[in-house]
Amino acid sequence: MSTQAVVTQGRPQPEPAPRTMTRRTAMLIQSAFLIALAVVSLIPVLAIFVGTFQDGNDVIRNGISFSIDFSTLGFDNYVMLFTDSGYYFQWFLNTFVLTIVQVLGTLIISSFVAYGFAMYEFRGKSLGFILVIILMTIPFEMLMLPLYVQVNDLQAADQYWIVVLPFLAQAVTIFFFRQYFLGVPKEILEAGRVDGLTEFGIFFRLVIPITKPAFAAMAILNGMTIWNNFLWPLLVLRSPEKFLLPIGLNTLLTPYGNNYELLIIGSFFSLIPILILFLAFQRFFVEGMTAGAVKG
Amino acid sequence: MKRLLYNQRLAPYLFILPFLVTLVVFWLVPVGRSVVMSFQEVLYGQATFIGTQNYERLWRDPVFWKAMFNSLRYMLLTLLLLIPIPMLLAAIINSKIGSARVKNFFKSSLFVPALTSVVVAGIVFRLMFSETDSGLMNQVADFFGFGPVRWLREDLTGLMALLMLTVWRWTGVNTMYFLAGMQAIPSDYYEAASIDGAGRVQQFFHVTLPNLKPTIVYVTTISVYGGLAMFLESFMLYAGNNSPNNQGLTIVGYLYRKGIQENDLGFASAVGVVLLLVVLAINLTQLTATGTFKKEAMR
Repeated sequence: MSTQAVVTQGRPQPEPAPRTMTRRTAMLIQSAFLIALAVVSLIPVLAIFVGTFQDGNDVIRNGISFSIDFSTLGFDNYVMLFTDSGYYFQWFLNTFVLTIVQVLGTLIISSFVAYGFAMYEFRGKSLGFILVIILMTIPFEMLMLPLYVQVNDLQAADQYWIVVLPFLAQAVTIFFFRQYFLGVPKEILEAGRVDGLTEFGIFFRLVIPITKPAFAAMAILNGMTIWNNFLWPLLVLRSPEKFLLPIGLNTLLTPYGNNYELLIIGSFFSLIPILILFLAFQRFFVEGMTAGAVKG
Repeated sequence: MKRLLYNQRLAPYLFILPFLVTLVVFWLVPVGRSVVMSFQEVLYGQATFIGTQNYERLWRDPVFWKAMFNSLRYMLLTLLLLIPIPMLLAAIINSKIGSARVKNFFKSSLFVPALTSVVVAGIVFRLMFSETDSGLMNQVADFFGFGPVRWLREDLTGLMALLMLTVWRWTGVNTMYFLAGMQAIPSDYYEAASIDGAGRVQQFFHVTLPNLKPTIVYVTTISVYGGLAMFLESFMLYAGNNSPNNQGLTIVGYLYRKGIQENDLGFASAVGVVLLLVVLAINLTQLTATGTFKKEAMR
């Protein structure tokens, strides 16, 4: 994409007509507009950052605002976060471990399934893949009740494996990996077979190493979704010490809450791992999140 | 065992097995049970068949239609906002003029909201749309000479808050979709158009827009999907599933209320079945019309 930009920029530009504005003015107006919009876009995140230095009850009562009384700002909330924040770091740890386990599981299982669809001809393949597409286009919200009822009947609630297991063979991720594997030359399979590898050995030893970018993009996308996942864990998890960050934070948002400081600073801290990853791997974020728009 | 691992005919079935098991165990069987339950009254674990009474009750419930109206209205408005605006922004980024540094900063900043969870975004927006005159949006209102507004108490202002939350979170992502689509259009198309005397605006309508069709179709699809399934945004903004006159209640919120909050499983199953059928009808029409099945399943 960048090469094209270079090419078009290198092209000689026609002289602007006298009455239209000059390129410089146009550029200034454009930059001012884009920067203004970027700032507006960042305001909510900046607002909650400022909120971490304010009194929680004041913030909840008066809302987030532009007018900040600087004399009231302080680090009390930070002290509270690291000394007296109840289950907060337990939730943080739970979310962290669960995210890593679920991302690894999803990548392995979903790519495994996708490989079957991409590399082989077999009876029922079309039907199978149509089912992937249909499942991909049904929002989980529409399927939550049957699964919830099933989980309750099996008395499987409040356990992490039930948070994770239904989503390891994940339709969107399968779809993306299949697209990617379709571009892998089939000769690799033949070469692997000649070398005496099993069909699965070919996948794990030959194909995964050459499709790492796809794994990176999907790791980021799934990691972000799982870190922020709310609805299903909310339905499954019951004990406070097992909560994940979004559920835990949500429990603090009650009219009778007495820990609004934690709600605000905790919300802000929950953004930090994702923000760090984003700054480090921005390209993979954009690739992962726009992966659904399939080319060809 | 060894023979199994080398068997090329069996291998594909073993590869797709995890998907089939997941599909059956976690989706098909529960949905099937749900269909059965939708014809039952379920009280304290005792189920009695009551024919189509649940469906009749649903048809007559004004709250269900209110929720349906809210969801459809929200979906249509997000389509009207989250397609033209990101398209325009992508066109600005894609234009030849302007500084690349500013554009990169803009792209990153616009993407940050998509990284936040609904929970955090909801908390922040709830606080921004606080009723007090010191709340951020009321300060904005005050600047324009009105207010303070009790944002979340009134239907239209509540809807506005909800839409702003959604637009805030998704503009960046949709802009990236459109930008990718625009950058895939060969530059000679534009050169040919400009030789024919087309100006910038004409080029946009005669070159960019027609070539962007696949992206527009895709973004429309995910917006319809997201719009109909919207629940958590409202749930967080109103700090729960209850809002004045159910102004924030969506169809999924209705399902959640009946099934999970009121534990009225027979009736809620009927709600779930109806919603699933609505979504399936929309999806299948759309997938067939865009030729996705033919294109994807046949290769």
